[in-house]
Amino acid sequence: MSDEALTSNLVHSQEHEFNNIASTRLFGFWIYVMSDCILFASLFATYAVLGHNYAGGPTGKQLFDLKGVIAETTCLLVSSFTYGLAVLAMFRKSKNGVIGWLALTFVLGASFVGLELNEFSHLIAEGNGPQRSAFLSSFFTLVGTHGAHVSTGLIWMAVLIGQVMKKGITQNTSTRILLLSLFWHFLDIVWICLFTIVYLMGVL
Amino acid sequence: MLGKLSLSAIPYDNPIVMVAFGFMIAAVIALLILVTALRKWKYLWDEWLTTVDHKRIGVMYIIVAIVMGVRGFADVVMMRSQLALSYGSHYGYLPPHHYDQIFSAHGVIMIFFMAMPFVIGLINIAVPLQIGARDVAFPFMNSVSFWTFFVGVVLVNISLGIGEFSKVGWMGYPPLSEPTYSPGVGVDYYIWALEIAGVGTLMTGINFFVTIIKMRAPGMTLMKMPVFTWTALGTNMLIIGAFPILTVVLALLAMDRYLGTHFFTNSGGGNMMMYVNLFWAWGHPEVYILVLPAFGVFSEVVATFTGKRLFGYKSMVYATMAITVISYIVWLHHFFTMGAGGDVNAFFSISTMIIAVPTGVKIFNWLFTIYRGRLRLTVPILWTLGFIVTFVWGGMSGVMLAIPGADFVLHNSQFLIAHFHNVIIGGTVFGVIAGFTYWFPKAFGFKLNEKIGKSAFWFFIVGFYVTFIPIYILGFMGMTRRINHYTNPAFQAPMWVAVSGVGITAIAILLLIVQMYVSIRDRNKNRDLTGDPWDGRTLEWSVSSPPPHYNFAEIPAVRDIDAFWDMKKQGIKHSRPAQYHDVHMPKNTPAGLFVGIFSLLFGFAIIWHIWWLTIIGFIGVIATVIVRTSNDDIYHYVPAEEVKEHDDHHAKQALAQEV
Repeated sequence: MSDEALTSNLVHSQEHEFNNIASTRLFGFWIYVMSDCILFASLFATYAVLGHNYAGGPTGKQLFDLKGVIAETTCLLVSSFTYGLAVLAMFRKSKNGVIGWLALTFVLGASFVGLELNEFSHLIAEGNGPQRSAFLSSFFTLVGTHGAHVSTGLIWMAVLIGQVMKKGITQNTSTRILLLSLFWHFLDIVWICLFTIVYLMGVL
Repeated sequence: MLGKLSLSAIPYDNPIVMVAFGFMIAAVIALLILVTALRKWKYLWDEWLTTVDHKRIGVMYIIVAIVMGVRGFADVVMMRSQLALSYGSHYGYLPPHHYDQIFSAHGVIMIFFMAMPFVIGLINIAVPLQIGARDVAFPFMNSVSFWTFFVGVVLVNISLGIGEFSKVGWMGYPPLSEPTYSPGVGVDYYIWALEIAGVGTLMTGINFFVTIIKMRAPGMTLMKMPVFTWTALGTNMLIIGAFPILTVVLALLAMDRYLGTHFFTNSGGGNMMMYVNLFWAWGHPEVYILVLPAFGVFSEVVATFTGKRLFGYKSMVYATMAITVISYIVWLHHFFTMGAGGDVNAFFSISTMIIAVPTGVKIFNWLFTIYRGRLRLTVPILWTLGFIVTFVWGGMSGVMLAIPGADFVLHNSQFLIAHFHNVIIGGTVFGVIAGFTYWFPKAFGFKLNEKIGKSAFWFFIVGFYVTFIPIYILGFMGMTRRINHYTNPAFQAPMWVAVSGVGITAIAILLLIVQMYVSIRDRNKNRDLTGDPWDGRTLEWSVSSPPPHYNFAEIPAVRDIDAFWDMKKQGIKHSRPAQYHDVHMPKNTPAGLFVGIFSLLFGFAIIWHIWWLTIIGFIGVIATVIVRTSNDDIYHYVPAEEVKEHDDHHAKQALAQEV
């Protein structure tokens, strides 16, 4: 075998190994997301059991302001769409496209967290904090856990934007863009369940 | 500045605790001096602390498990001797608040810091080798798993001398674990030790699930996987499905304690049974997380030492998967007395009895493998035979407890204590000792001493029965668990028998330690140069002992269930690759250790309400991970010459020993 063939062989096998690593990471992250599903399922179950234990305090109907929640929902759903555009830009190898769309997604995600914190601070200021009743304990924990996940996603996104700026769209950064995309869309799905079960069923 | 922490947190007034803690600190200092004197810091750092090699990580898990097992056994000695002495006007030497900490610590240590790491250690050592892989799917994450687990261990041990440990039992049931009734830091130590170690366990679960699914050697279809790998797959599926529930339930308890929420409180609409349900929705799968790999060990051991293919491979696989699924729907049998009503109890009673069926299938498979086999009575086989008898016994008492009517009588009695020790010791502990003896030569390159191993087995199993038969009887006599003093004179005789059983078990444990010492001393006589000391059947025996860090010079091609046995029959077990290639491997990294150090700061600080340090620890963990992800230079190539050199050397040694 000539040296050239050897080198191309080596390059080929390296590429193959890296593709393998990327697909293993994606699969592993899928499994993590599934375990996170169980985590949310436990919190939903807790909410289902404790959600009507008002202990003489206010009910969901009295507390929830659907307008704010719909604004949150819009931010989050649109951010999922813009993230999708970032992934498309990644496939086009457009570095600026990725950075731009990720930045927009970040802003939308941050607005979501801001709106949620605003809702929480109003509730707490009115004396309806998580200490008020089992209903509010489970409400704050369920919604707050989702919010903490979104915040984690935001930190990750900021780091990723930095890495893409510095290194461009490499094998490594594109895998990470795909992993975060899984996480981000998953949080959207959780939010839809949350919106339905906590807020919609709460005000009905 | 230091939150709740002050000098009064150190229990000066308790001589037993102070001596134990002093001994522990002395041991740690002695270890540090020893490492310094031998100038081994660099070796320790390069080869162990920063390693991402699954075999090394497995060895570290097992070392910690053994140390913690000895500590958990020290708790046993204290509890059993207290109960033998503490009758009528005698109150023994352990006051209730201390006794309560001991039984809580005993449970937590034995489940989370002895059995779990031992099982995970064996999985780490054996699974990648069995499936013909060079490492796990996420080697760095494996190191993070180990270090976060180790943080849990450190926190539990710190609690001995700084503050106190939980006094509410290893399940931490509210409302007793709520701040109203447990204002101290004991429950907080419990929560954060398990929370941090639990995250590590979840990562292990994901890691090995992906490893087994994605990284098997070509030709190894699912139905050609070794049974130990199958049981490891089941265990990791259970970890992925169950550990998030533990994370949630402990987090909710922490919210109750730190923020004053009302999840499990008596007031404010809380519901303590929610805790109990969530805890056991994790807890019952946990039981099978511990025992499935033991089943896998016995399957490997029985097939190897009878020289036969395992009887009913397929039924073994289906039984393993059936147990994996059914174990999620039996949790309520831990509290039939909750008052869920006849229908609910009937469902869980029946599902509990059903889960005994696949377990029975396995027992028959092992027996039929032995039947007409040429059984070699080695140490792992002795533990296997001991397991079959003991586990069937324990399983039977479990089926008794599955009958709600009987359970109402036996709930929280000594009978229950005897039952679950019967299955956990008879299943998991026997299994990990068998697996330890079986894979020891693979990991270290020499065998353990047979003779001392055999006598340790006999002392252990006799000690076990002498301890637990009286405890079964005490249960029928109406003695409840978790009491440190009794007035019924009839209890005392069985208590003395039980404590003598602990004495016999102590001899067994001493013998196991002596066995280790003697085996290391005589290691040159017991060297395994072939890599195949037991005439094994699976791929881990096809490489040298200990294997090179990249495991396989060339990924083997698999055609049969017992892949290595098949190669031996084909006469190709010594076949060497025509051409050696560079091997692509991950580099060592200290990032996992740093994640551990910062989580330790986080855990210790949040237990003592030292908020600034909590934040530093938390940010430290995140920063370490971010720095790590920014590093793209995480792989290296082992040059082909090095691979060939090792292979030549091994082939020469193996042939020399065989001739």
